[in-house]
Amino acid sequence: MLKFFVKRFGYLLLTMLAVSLIIFTINEYSPGQVARKILGPYAEENSVRLLTIQMGLDRPLLVRYVDWLAHILRGDLGKSTLWGADVSSIIWDRLLNTSIIASIAFAIIVPASIIFGVLAGMRESSRLDRSISLASIVTTSVPEFASGVFLQSIFVIWLGLLPGTSPLDPSGGWSIASQLVLPVAVMVLYDLGYVVRMVRASMVETMTRPFIRTAVLKGLDFRKVILKHAIRNAMIGPFTVILLQVNYLLTGVVVVEAVFGFPGFGRMMLDAALNKDIAVIEAGSMFAVFVTVTTQIVGDFGYMLLNPRIRFA
Amino acid sequence: MAVITAGKGQDGVLRGLLKRVALLRESPVGMIGAGLVLFWILVAIFAPLISPYDPNENYMDDYGNWGPSAAFWLGRDNQGRDILSRLIWGSRIVLTVGPIATFCAYVVGCTMGLLAGYYRGWVDVVISRISDIILSFPVIILYLIIISQFGPSAFNIIVAVTFIASPQVSRIVRGLTLELRERDYVAAAKMRGESAVYIMLVEILPNARGPLIVDACLRMGYTTIAIGVLGFLGLGLPPPDPDWGGMVKDTYGMMSSDPHMSLFPCAAISSLVVGFNLLADGLREISMRD
Repeated sequence: MLKFFVKRFGYLLLTMLAVSLIIFTINEYSPGQVARKILGPYAEENSVRLLTIQMGLDRPLLVRYVDWLAHILRGDLGKSTLWGADVSSIIWDRLLNTSIIASIAFAIIVPASIIFGVLAGMRESSRLDRSISLASIVTTSVPEFASGVFLQSIFVIWLGLLPGTSPLDPSGGWSIASQLVLPVAVMVLYDLGYVVRMVRASMVETMTRPFIRTAVLKGLDFRKVILKHAIRNAMIGPFTVILLQVNYLLTGVVVVEAVFGFPGFGRMMLDAALNKDIAVIEAGSMFAVFVTVTTQIVGDFGYMLLNPRIRFA
Repeated sequence: MAVITAGKGQDGVLRGLLKRVALLRESPVGMIGAGLVLFWILVAIFAPLISPYDPNENYMDDYGNWGPSAAFWLGRDNQGRDILSRLIWGSRIVLTVGPIATFCAYVVGCTMGLLAGYYRGWVDVVISRISDIILSFPVIILYLIIISQFGPSAFNIIVAVTFIASPQVSRIVRGLTLELRERDYVAAAKMRGESAVYIMLVEILPNARGPLIVDACLRMGYTTIAIGVLGFLGLGLPPPDPDWGGMVKDTYGMMSSDPHMSLFPCAAISSLVVGFNLLADGLREISMRD
């Protein structure tokens, strides 16, 4: 067990290191010098050169990378050119906002995907299975900006029930809670279908196992077979899939936040990318990868705990 | 000798594809998907014939009345351009950039996956580690970084899709290769003294085509979404050429007065992605039958 953790932790560190090198290289070795990006397109050639020397940007890439890494490790994430503040003072607020909608969406996706997935998978090819499968294909096919537009036309323009933007500021007359409804709805719509299909596939597979047949044949109530025997075994596989949704919800919701003007992590990354705010892009990407690798480790660990065959091996 | 080389992959990719199309008739869901995709392919091919107006021309008469009318069936956008014509021409962009990008991702991904699965050992370790690292980025953030750094263009979108999707393709191909390399016909080919390249491309890859065709179809859907999303975020193709995601971005702020400007492009892209995904589901269903 300890060996497992040490190994996975080493893997996390290695991945982060490789990723940081990739991010640094893409951002700082790409067309257009760093100083030019900071000063903007109208700056004079002379001042660009001056800032380049001042910031030490004329040093070799690898030297600058090590220097940058040392700063990151000390907790100094650099300064944002777009917001004119320390990156660390921006990123945590944004993450907090995103974590609100992410956790609400997660709290809906987990039970909903299990219920729909189990209902669909317990009788393969039944009418219920076909309807749920079809619905999940369709909802995951609609891009987030499109479902955002569809939901807005219904609930904002047509019915007038909800606000069209979510700046998390109640001064517009809409409560904060009402501003969260549509972003969460879009996230759930886009993500739920995929998880449902994973749970369904696992459930279908479980239902063909001999122990289910035995339970049915010995006359056990079908409800009981599903609740007591099937679900427990069918949930081992999808557990990891469900956990990995945290990545999308926490760091991948760029489009949703853009649609609703939501001041979260994704919106911050978009603004930073559009304005070439390198420090924010670098810090944000590192965080995103950190979340991914951590959930992977937690996923592996949970899988081990859930699966007795591995646990007792 | 010829008997054992035959394997399953000798009936040709084309004939296999035709057989699938014939089988697809049994899957209503797959037929709907195929119909939607075919519809947009035809629209893209015949765009010059069916497009009622020039997609980039500003028609300013009856100013302010942008909604659908007898002259402009789907209405006009905020610059007076005919939305129907822009949707029709926009399908050409999605249906050229998308397939090219997916194809490139497949060429790179298949190469990686075949090498990793066939040689195993350190080749596999290196390729799998590189894939893992790329896969540890949230897809959308990776798109943001690449396109914002290298600039929005069709070429850069293709490069970005290839970079992001090829590790995913590689993973699938690797898994299939690991399984197929143990087959008798591979052993026979080795005995005949065929080269590793020949075995990978002629013996293994054609036999992995079933799951790969389904995956390619799904991936076309993802790529279509990616192109749309990049357009919506302002990182798509440069204006004025019609790009479905870009059309939504340009008119999105006018939702409350003119929702039709954003609704129709959203419906277009959604229908195409639904088409790809239903088609993939139908293909998967029939492939499980035989």
